[in-house]
Amino acid sequence: MIRFASLQFRMQAAVAFGALAVIAVVLGLTGPHLAHLYHATVATCGAHGNCSSATAAFLSNDRLLQDLGNVVIALPAIIGIFWGAPLVARELETGTHRLAWTQSVTRTRWIAVKLGLVGLASIAVAGLSSLMMTWWSSPIDRVNMNRFTSVFDQRGIVPIGYAAFAFALGVTAGVLIRRTLPAMATALVGFVVVRVAVTFWVRPHLESPVHATSVLHMTSGMGFNQTNNGPLSVTGGHGGAWVFSDRIVDQAGHAVGGGFLSQGACLQNRAAAACIGKLREVLVYQPPSRYWAFQGYEMAIFLGLAVICGAFCFWWMRRRIS
Amino acid sequence: MTAALETNGLGKQYGRRWALHDCTLSIPTGKVVGLVGPNGAGKTTLLHLAVGLMAPTSGTITVLGGEPGDGPTQLARVGFVAQDTPTYAGLSIAKHLRMGAWLNPTWDGDLAKRRIEQLGLDPRQKTGSLSGGQRAQVALTLAIAKRPELLLLDEPVAALDPLARREFLQSLMEVVAEHGVTVVLSSHLVADLERVCDFLVVLVTSHVQLAGEVGTLLASHHRLSGPRRDPSSLPASQQVIEESHTDKQSTLLVRSDGPILDPAWTVKPVTLDDLVLAYMGQARDTERVPHQGLSVI
Repeated sequence: MIRFASLQFRMQAAVAFGALAVIAVVLGLTGPHLAHLYHATVATCGAHGNCSSATAAFLSNDRLLQDLGNVVIALPAIIGIFWGAPLVARELETGTHRLAWTQSVTRTRWIAVKLGLVGLASIAVAGLSSLMMTWWSSPIDRVNMNRFTSVFDQRGIVPIGYAAFAFALGVTAGVLIRRTLPAMATALVGFVVVRVAVTFWVRPHLESPVHATSVLHMTSGMGFNQTNNGPLSVTGGHGGAWVFSDRIVDQAGHAVGGGFLSQGACLQNRAAAACIGKLREVLVYQPPSRYWAFQGYEMAIFLGLAVICGAFCFWWMRRRIS
Repeated sequence: MTAALETNGLGKQYGRRWALHDCTLSIPTGKVVGLVGPNGAGKTTLLHLAVGLMAPTSGTITVLGGEPGDGPTQLARVGFVAQDTPTYAGLSIAKHLRMGAWLNPTWDGDLAKRRIEQLGLDPRQKTGSLSGGQRAQVALTLAIAKRPELLLLDEPVAALDPLARREFLQSLMEVVAEHGVTVVLSSHLVADLERVCDFLVVLVTSHVQLAGEVGTLLASHHRLSGPRRDPSSLPASQQVIEESHTDKQSTLLVRSDGPILDPAWTVKPVTLDDLVLAYMGQARDTERVPHQGLSVI
């Protein structure tokens, strides 16, 4: 059964792993250069003084390749659409399941091998693409310090969970709808909805954030921010952390407005103790040390959803399809 | 001897609709069985139940003494050609044969290869580019090369033109002659089955209306025509299946194991087609009123 499943899957697998190989070559050729640039410019900029122009110059390298992170994001959806949805739906649509299920192989085994083989391939493709991208962009991520925030879902192990879930969801849609095209559309919509929901409503609560109040201390890279004459907040300066909110309060605990900065000592030097010494910073955040825990939780959530979808497919196909 | 197919009170329900209901049937081994009935009679459902593609809602079904689809051994004993003879359009004939070899421990590769050669097909050709008749032949080859004890075919010739139909049935008969496999093939047209069947099952609205050896059935049914008379005046041993009357004449199709001795009747043999139509009609409207004064010119 494994040989036959491979025979049916070989074209798709060749396309996917071929594309991966091309990306691997491109990243493999440019990656060491990027790492070298990092060590030559950004890592040593402290000694020469002007770090902001060094980092800006560094980040302007390989702009196009930096966007490959979007491929890592899109890949699970593509897997769900082109590997998951047609896997069973195309057989049901053309009636070939009746040919397959009347060979001397039980339906259970057929489903297990199909789901196992293509599911593992999905995980492999997503895992490899993420691994390559994580390695290649590690110098860039070190500069941007955003791996816990804007590039969380293009790095590390979460793409594995996404791919497994997208695949299983695609198969489930195909099994239920029994037509390839509507199943593809449903798989895409369903996957995007779940991904968005987890990103915005589940991920922030995976661990309760740290609440910290401390004396405001401005370091380089930090700045003040004010929107619509509202209270002041602080930007930057919390490298690698996932900051939910960062408010400035006075000694009484009241929010501080923008007018504060245009008075007295602050006119000369905003960072001086005379200006901000009496202010406190109220920070709500996930510390950088939780990065891998969050990666693990989120991967586990999606792998769990994938297992639920897969189990449902088993149950449904054994009972409801003839 | 174990029956090839035995059902008892078999039923299959889809939602609220019964596709097959209270079906009791026994098909002996070593026969070529025609399963005839109008569309929607439950032929496909019965075959799907027999091959284990679905499980019954009620009743029991045993195939060659085993439970359908119960493990690889039982699957290997039954060959199946589904309606519209599905194959993988993107795979070549050779790859289909490889699939057969991989998925069936009892696979007869030489037989498969020989049949494809005899059919004059190029093994490298994708089945998507074959004609309906050729694809049906490939599907039959896959089912046969598995060397099953029982071969089930669901309307295998319904989509074929008359020539392809004849060729398909001919090669089916060659297989039967060569391997002695029991065959059940369904059709809504008796004409398709007439030449090949030696056992007939007529299924109407999921009930078995008639089942028996073709020879016995033909010998025990007669078409009688003669002066008009009331069918209830016939001897009790003659069962009226179908009747039609004009002002002066009556034409009856009766079942009788003994000879028809009444000299008033002109007795003619029946064809299988007559027989099946008569039993289908009987099932459809049992309370039919005889046509009065019908003139047919």
